[in-house]
Amino acid sequence: MSDIPYRDVDVDGEKPGGRLMEESYLGERFSIWSWLTTTDHKRIGILYLISTTLFFFIGGAAATMIRLELFTPAGDLLTDDGYNKVFTLHGVVMVWFFLVPVIPSVLGNFLVPLMIGAKDLAFPRLNLLSWYLNILGGTFAVWAMLSGGVDTGWTFYTPYSTAFANTHVSLTAIGVFISGFSTIATGVNMIVTVHTMRPPGMGWFRMPLFVWAIYATSLIMLLSTPVLAMVLTLLVTERLLGLGIFDPNRGGDPILFQHLFWFYSHPAVYIMILPGMGVVTEVITCFSRRRVFGYAAMVYALLAIAVIGFFVWGHHMFTSGQSMYASLTFSFLSFIVAVPSAIKVFNWIATMYRGQITFEASMLYAMGFVGLFTMGGLTGLFLASVPVDLHLHDTYFVVAHFHYIMVGGMVSAFFAGLHFWWPKITGRLYPETAAQIAALLMFFGFNLTFFPQYILGNIGMPRRYHAYPDAFQVWHVLSSAGAVILAAAYLMPLGYLVWSLIWGKRAPSNPWRASGLEWQTGSPPPKHNFLANPKIEGSVYDYHPAQQPRREPSDD
Amino acid sequence: MGEVELVLPAATSAAVSTDGKLVGLLVISGLITLLVASLLGLFAVRFRRGSKAGRSRLPNWFSRELETVWTLATVGLFVAIFAWAASQDFALAVPPARSMEIHVVGKQWMWKAEHPGGQREINELHVPAGETIELVLNSQDVIHSFYVPAFRLKQDVVPGHTTRMRFHTEKTGTYRLFCAEYCGTQHSAMIGRVVVMAKEDYADWLTRQPEGDDLEEDGKKLFVSKGCAGCHYGSSQVRAPRLAGVYGSKVPLSDGRVVTADDDYVRDSILQPKRDVVAGFAPIMPSFAGALTEGELVSLTAYIRSLAVTETAR
Repeated sequence: MSDIPYRDVDVDGEKPGGRLMEESYLGERFSIWSWLTTTDHKRIGILYLISTTLFFFIGGAAATMIRLELFTPAGDLLTDDGYNKVFTLHGVVMVWFFLVPVIPSVLGNFLVPLMIGAKDLAFPRLNLLSWYLNILGGTFAVWAMLSGGVDTGWTFYTPYSTAFANTHVSLTAIGVFISGFSTIATGVNMIVTVHTMRPPGMGWFRMPLFVWAIYATSLIMLLSTPVLAMVLTLLVTERLLGLGIFDPNRGGDPILFQHLFWFYSHPAVYIMILPGMGVVTEVITCFSRRRVFGYAAMVYALLAIAVIGFFVWGHHMFTSGQSMYASLTFSFLSFIVAVPSAIKVFNWIATMYRGQITFEASMLYAMGFVGLFTMGGLTGLFLASVPVDLHLHDTYFVVAHFHYIMVGGMVSAFFAGLHFWWPKITGRLYPETAAQIAALLMFFGFNLTFFPQYILGNIGMPRRYHAYPDAFQVWHVLSSAGAVILAAAYLMPLGYLVWSLIWGKRAPSNPWRASGLEWQTGSPPPKHNFLANPKIEGSVYDYHPAQQPRREPSDD
Repeated sequence: MGEVELVLPAATSAAVSTDGKLVGLLVISGLITLLVASLLGLFAVRFRRGSKAGRSRLPNWFSRELETVWTLATVGLFVAIFAWAASQDFALAVPPARSMEIHVVGKQWMWKAEHPGGQREINELHVPAGETIELVLNSQDVIHSFYVPAFRLKQDVVPGHTTRMRFHTEKTGTYRLFCAEYCGTQHSAMIGRVVVMAKEDYADWLTRQPEGDDLEEDGKKLFVSKGCAGCHYGSSQVRAPRLAGVYGSKVPLSDGRVVTADDDYVRDSILQPKRDVVAGFAPIMPSFAGALTEGELVSLTAYIRSLAVTETAR
């Protein structure tokens, strides 16, 4: 059966000047102004791609400085204040200006309308506004950085942030506050689009799981981000006006801040990971040529994570002095929220069973995601167990845990999606071998960087330390060495993807022979997405073994 | 480079049981990771495109059954781990018959400890082995966290709150002490050591420390020097509650609530006197917030606590 075509990368797409190029959203007359005022969801997706890439490299530069500093036990590269500012910058930029927007606003923006056969999102101008808000918020954060930085950590714990820090806390908080509105705008847009713009024939349970993931993410964005806005407002109020809210010397309570902050920030973790799960589902089904295993279970798992994720915030506070019963309740719920994640992992693996698997770069990233996400999730169980958390909380174990989810998981998923849809977005093919090498290098570099940090945490190395006892050095050296490899692996796609824009082969409309509606239009798509109404036939994951009739229902 | 460290000493009884949980979780998650990795690897090889492996249709019931089985298995496993871990909390929640209280104050960027006999130390804590010790923790400024990896315990030290950390020491030795909650510029310099000594050695060590007043004595002096005695003692002209016998009793408040006068109540009454005014008294006491250090508050509270004891003794 290997003679049956499973991808079309060897077929040349249409040449420039052809009909498709003239009508494509890229080919329409070019001017900076037309891009900055565009309401086309595809162009806004590109704007977001450029801005999040920029923020990723700012945050990455900060991470590089952290790893360089920690190469030796003494604090010799940066001053202590300098180090504190650098890790704060890394956290703030990566969380709010890269991880939260990157998949919903880049891939989600570009793909959700295409995947449901719509012309655009429900509110195109709100979509553009969300990008400007994101840029405005980011400008505040960068401005704070350039005018001296902020040293509270991305968690802004009180009363340090309100009564003790002499850095640009308010400026940064205002930046994050503004970017929150951008998140809310995107969330509203996605929810309304999914509710109102699906074409006839695409019921809720016939949507691609990527759309479901963006939908579930948007629900969390809409319900949790306002709490972030509130807590930041209270923080700035206390800091600038002196009202006693969190500072005990003014009658406030610092623990109140932690409750409010984590009530947003724990669901925010799911804002960051759910879209990645959506991407991985699309990629694994395509390169396994297999219908997704347990579609309904995948949907319910996404929704369960979105709902239960709101009730586990207290697991960040086991050591804060909260009552034992509160801790045990949050511990129990944290174990429960891990169940749907486990179900998803099993479903991805089962999807590969009896498939026709090929190993394009996107598939390598997606398989890396499954492994690293599993490890990140399982170490979450350590931290959900109260007695074990009393030891591991605020150590490098926690740092390793969330980097396995956020970098090993989310960033891998983003790269999987970027490579998968790159031909659709740009109309160009990148060199596959280079991309495969980058994917493997990223997996290796990532593990070398972060696995030693599990060990460091277990032997007691606390977080946010500028200098540390000699006994920890071996593991820090390994971690820093891994970071060098990881940095190289991140620069590679920047090289070959940009290369492909100019010299890459033109992509046909469906290079991977994938089944979603987005592949039924040109690469790049025309301005209004589809020249003719897309055909919705069969199930969304209608990959079928070649010898079987196409429309025969099957549940496997 | 220093010596490579892989295994931490276990210096408390909690450390031993926490290590049990850690190893258990490590084995379970190691096995699951292995399972996931080998299935990924196996399927990737066996069902690579064009391989000869059979790909006949699966019966429809198969996916439904499988989905149910692994959902239930995961729930069962996770709930079992939760119950196992939680059992340790319940075991530790039972207060011991007697414990030795040591007061610890965290401030940017040092730890100050005060022993029951008034001995003080900075960035060091000496404790006897084979004893249950209860640290009473207060912060002078921002949130700190008292972390001794060899004890497998940490406790945040929160300004405005009194937190407690209890452990039973088992193994003598010198162990690292860290501040685990980010607290500003020199957070990574807020480190020290905890020395667990044999009981005789500890007794010996205590006698070699410079004589200091114990907490009560210290508090008694502060009670006079800070002006508390002016209103709360003897035949003062100002109408303020007398404090003998107050500690531990039920206090009726002017708004109708009744509270128990414990450490937190005493502390709040000093720092925010207008919050819980005793029934029958006017809210005339000024706040002492900012006028007393955390250490002084601890001493004053100890003194007020001692007034209750003398009362009952009479």
